[in-house]
Amino acid sequence: MNNKEIALFANDIRRNVVCAIGKKGGGHIGGSLSICDLLAVLYGEIMKYDPENPDWEERDYLVCSKGHAAPAIYSALALKGFFPMEWLEELNRPGTRLPGHSDRKVPGIDATTGSLGQGLSIACGIAHGLKVQGRGQSVFCITGDGENDEGQIWEAAAYAANYNLDNLIMFLDWNKKQIDGRNEDVMRLGDLAMKYRSFGWNSHRVNGHDVEEIRQTIYTAVRDKNGKPTMILLDTVKGAGISCIEQIENNHCIGLPEKLVKECLGELSLVQGICLKN
Amino acid sequence: MRRAFLNRVDKMIREEEDTVYFTVDIGMWAIRDLLEKYPERATNVGIYEDGMFGIAAGLAAGGYIPTIFGIQPYLVERTLEQIKLDFAYQGLGVNVIGTGAAVDYPKYGYSHYCAEDAGVLKMIPGVEVLTPGTANEFISLFNQAYRDGKPTFFRVSDHPNKEYDIDVTLGKANVIKRGGGATVIAVSVMLDMVMEACSDLDVTVLYYTSLAPFDADTLKREYNGGKIVVCEPHYSGTLDYDIIDALAGRSVQIEHIGFPREIFRNYGTYEDKMEYYGLNTEHIRAALAT
Repeated sequence: MNNKEIALFANDIRRNVVCAIGKKGGGHIGGSLSICDLLAVLYGEIMKYDPENPDWEERDYLVCSKGHAAPAIYSALALKGFFPMEWLEELNRPGTRLPGHSDRKVPGIDATTGSLGQGLSIACGIAHGLKVQGRGQSVFCITGDGENDEGQIWEAAAYAANYNLDNLIMFLDWNKKQIDGRNEDVMRLGDLAMKYRSFGWNSHRVNGHDVEEIRQTIYTAVRDKNGKPTMILLDTVKGAGISCIEQIENNHCIGLPEKLVKECLGELSLVQGICLKN
Repeated sequence: MRRAFLNRVDKMIREEEDTVYFTVDIGMWAIRDLLEKYPERATNVGIYEDGMFGIAAGLAAGGYIPTIFGIQPYLVERTLEQIKLDFAYQGLGVNVIGTGAAVDYPKYGYSHYCAEDAGVLKMIPGVEVLTPGTANEFISLFNQAYRDGKPTFFRVSDHPNKEYDIDVTLGKANVIKRGGGATVIAVSVMLDMVMEACSDLDVTVLYYTSLAPFDADTLKREYNGGKIVVCEPHYSGTLDYDIIDALAGRSVQIEHIGFPREIFRNYGTYEDKMEYYGLNTEHIRAALAT
């Protein structure tokens, strides 16, 4: 995909996030929207996968450690044909195939998450196993900024560096907010890029909504392996891409009434794409 | 019930200088002014459950009365070693208030379910496990326990009893109804349902809000030799050891109305799950009829 196509794909992911969450009347929209551009780059250009064979052994892996962003992952997977688009209408509903947090029973999902802080360790295990087997694919992991409060994140960070997991690339969604407010007010984490460097990682800070910058940084990390894991700090906006959501200060998990759904889709429909019927 | 505990914590922090309150980033907008006014004693530590338990233990060792609030699976399962070693073994008094027990957060998936909480906690000697059925019962139990120097877990439900609001005592069961047939043990938020199911039945109903310590004396005194039906809003069998131990030497038939010991892979509302797993009046009556 070229950058324009990736941007359109990101827009489609956002539209389907809105539709899926809107069908249920609300959900974790803020942190889902903030990673849509990353997901468009990963699924549109970077990752090796086979929707017909989600467990393909040669695939790249993705662990979404911030499991509440599952609506965005599901939307990307549906758009890429891992399962029918109509499944998105079931999000969080009785008997659903798409639970609210990232769930390994869904085709294309590599780890069940939802309890924050645990996914990076799982990604370390996958990456370590691949290295031992001499296999060349990459393991990607997405963590939240608030999630980096958890001690287990930093235990995994030490492990990844100690075992030279240069096939592991972790994205840190730095949208600057968690449930109870801004990271700076809840728990100051300081300079995260520097912290990961001090743990023995490569670290980069990019505009998390600039698909070209994201793409080039991932390409470089995959190509120029130096024995270190890589952390890419995505400077993002919680609710990105839809101004009426961005403007809600506490937009972690909110109600999404029909009127707001229409407003969101109206903004996103300025660019045409593939979407659930709403 | 959540509003009641927030009001109680608010009052405690404002009036009692040796108390501290911690939460773990789960939406404390209702007491934001408290967090801002008393930042050294009322704080959101971020997403940091296990470390927070250690910090609370340290404060308790220094003479403070800590109270923690969070989501039940992360408070009970992620921190089990801290509960065992930091709280129970060292005998430190920390109060833990958990929301989202069993399937109270029904739409968020398995990471947010916690039907094993009561059973897990009851396996650790010295830990008090209190399961109020209403807001008033929570306040009463909290007032009795929060300064007793023991680790105490309060299971706060979003689905309280609406018909029955009982004057409860820590460590004591309440006799709600005496009859000649079976003995029904109603735990916490199951009381309304039990009383509806038993309204025309000649049974004894005992109401338990203290799961640990368990009131063996009341059961021994009230049990008349018939079947025991345990109605519990957590995994089935959580109270079996206590029941059998209380009635040692006697033959007893126990039936269970509770969540089956399986991984929950279905999603939907709280009511959907209660129906799916048979926590309803129909199953209670069926258990009493067999």
